[in-house]
Amino acid sequence: MSDATSILIVDDEAPARARLREVLADLSPEFPHRIVGEAANAPEALAQIESQRPQIVLMDVQMPGMTGIELARHISARAGEGDQDDPKPMPLVIFVTAFDEFAVEAFEVNALDYLLKPVRAQRLLGALKRAQTLLPAEHLEAIDQLVKATNTRRRHLSVHERGRVILVPLEQVLYLKAELKYITVRTREREFLIEESLTSLEEEFKDRFVRIHRNALVARPSIAGFERVTPTGEGEAGDPYWQVVLREVPEKLPVSRRQWSIVKGLVS
Amino acid sequence: MAPSDAKTADYKSQEASAEAPARARRQTEGGLAPIIPDTCNLGIVLRTLVPLNVLGILIAFASTAGPIEAANRFLSMAVMLEPVVLGSLLLLCPLRRLANGLPIRWQWATVLGVPGLLAIGAAIVVQRFAEPDLAMDEIAWWVGSRGLVAAAAAWAFVGYFRLRARAFSPSFSEARLQALQARIRPHFLFNSLNAVLGLMRSDPRRAETTLENLADLFRVFMRDARELVPLDDEIVTCKEYLAIEQLRLGERLQVVWQLDQMPGDALLPGLLLQPLIENAVHHGIEPSSETGTIEIVVSRPGERVRVEIVNPLAPTPPVRPGNQMALSNVRERLMLLYDMEAELKTGVDNGRFRVLLEFPYRKERRRRDVRRYFDPDR
Repeated sequence: MSDATSILIVDDEAPARARLREVLADLSPEFPHRIVGEAANAPEALAQIESQRPQIVLMDVQMPGMTGIELARHISARAGEGDQDDPKPMPLVIFVTAFDEFAVEAFEVNALDYLLKPVRAQRLLGALKRAQTLLPAEHLEAIDQLVKATNTRRRHLSVHERGRVILVPLEQVLYLKAELKYITVRTREREFLIEESLTSLEEEFKDRFVRIHRNALVARPSIAGFERVTPTGEGEAGDPYWQVVLREVPEKLPVSRRQWSIVKGLVS
Repeated sequence: MAPSDAKTADYKSQEASAEAPARARRQTEGGLAPIIPDTCNLGIVLRTLVPLNVLGILIAFASTAGPIEAANRFLSMAVMLEPVVLGSLLLLCPLRRLANGLPIRWQWATVLGVPGLLAIGAAIVVQRFAEPDLAMDEIAWWVGSRGLVAAAAAWAFVGYFRLRARAFSPSFSEARLQALQARIRPHFLFNSLNAVLGLMRSDPRRAETTLENLADLFRVFMRDARELVPLDDEIVTCKEYLAIEQLRLGERLQVVWQLDQMPGDALLPGLLLQPLIENAVHHGIEPSSETGTIEIVVSRPGERVRVEIVNPLAPTPPVRPGNQMALSNVRERLMLLYDMEAELKTGVDNGRFRVLLEFPYRKERRRRDVRRYFDPDR
């Protein structure tokens, strides 16, 4: 890899992308870089981050389907996952916004940089230089703060599948189940695998999902009822336990004894 | 980083000044203002008590033959009147704080319900002493009618207080005008400028056209909102606006015009249609990354002008929360200008959002370029 910084441009408006490209071109003597891609929406951006591994993402805040802040949350959710020798990319995000009191207020309280459209070359240069001094951990924390300050919640889970990114709407998710290093995301039609931690998912979506077992979160609306099961396997017959009967899919999920006291409150 | 700091400061002052018209708008937007008057306010208390008592005295005089009899009649009325009025004022004072955050119909329910129920309660007590030997259905009439009268009186008073608040609010029309100008969404301006900058080097001609459109559009935005313009001109404004949005949104925005039945000389208040089209873009096109079509049909059924604007319903809410003002703003302006003669209907039909606007067809009589203020008698 050369020492030129790799940059990805994310904006749903073509002229805005063109403008950033031109301003970056003007800055190339002072700031050597290469533009590794452009994306017009969230799935494209996530796929390009995966394949092109940019070091910096210039990201529009107002985009259809998913705001830049939510998109940043998707990126940060994947950071730190993956193998030791092949960590998931964690680019530094610089936000670009036209005029949004709410978001700008949020930006001002934390370390993240933002640019106001129309973007000026010198301002962009400052932001790029500053971004390079920021440590990834600081950056992650800043994104977390921003997400909290703007009360942004992910409305999708991003699934990377054979070079593509699929956004699974949260309301379609019936349950999340941790297995080995992956989490199975179950929708009515099929299963997806994501690499996130169940604990942080539980924390983020506690309004919708309830933990029924060390390894499983179930969406409250998809709980059809509970069933008591007495294991009758050969050998020692275990203690009876409860399991969740789901709407729309046949499988049943066991409730751990520890969680039952919490879960049974949902029965009534 | 001096330049950037200066810019941030600039931005903040812009933000602060953008807030003021927004606040003015909230205060003057009749539909959104709280219904229940501040009944702890001395002015409101006096303005309620004095007219009611004067009315009571007048009724007493008019319906009796002598001063003693009149005084007695008034006293017998006051037994009902004073507890109900004072009780209502007293109760509504704290209730108002709770109710004014609720939807309008709850506010109305509170402000009519409190006097109504108090009157029913008082009537039950008074009836025991005054007319103890009424039959059951007579009691119901006695009590119910007094409850209704109290609620009706409350309605009249609330109406009066609302009108009064409007008439006396500081420079009503100025605030209204400012509110309209605040409608120029800062987002639109900055995004458009950014788009022009993006074109400047690659397509200077298109950048020029866009700046010309932007200039025209802002001229219209800053014009007096009461001015009447020919429909032809309003359509030009809409087209200029859409050309700018087209630049930003590219293929995502498709527009179908049907103007062959349009009476181009019909007069309408300026900027009546553009906000509706902006709304269609904002709610139907911007939130989706798919291509969407906006249809605009203008026709002339009889002596009326009909405008229909249809946009797709986006799967997700708007990219940024709008000010939810476009429709109510247009509706209110129609009300002010045409009263019952104009109509604005909205609805969802086949997964598409439809706005139907109808107003009377009035032609301009003089030269086209002479623009005049609205004169309802014309």
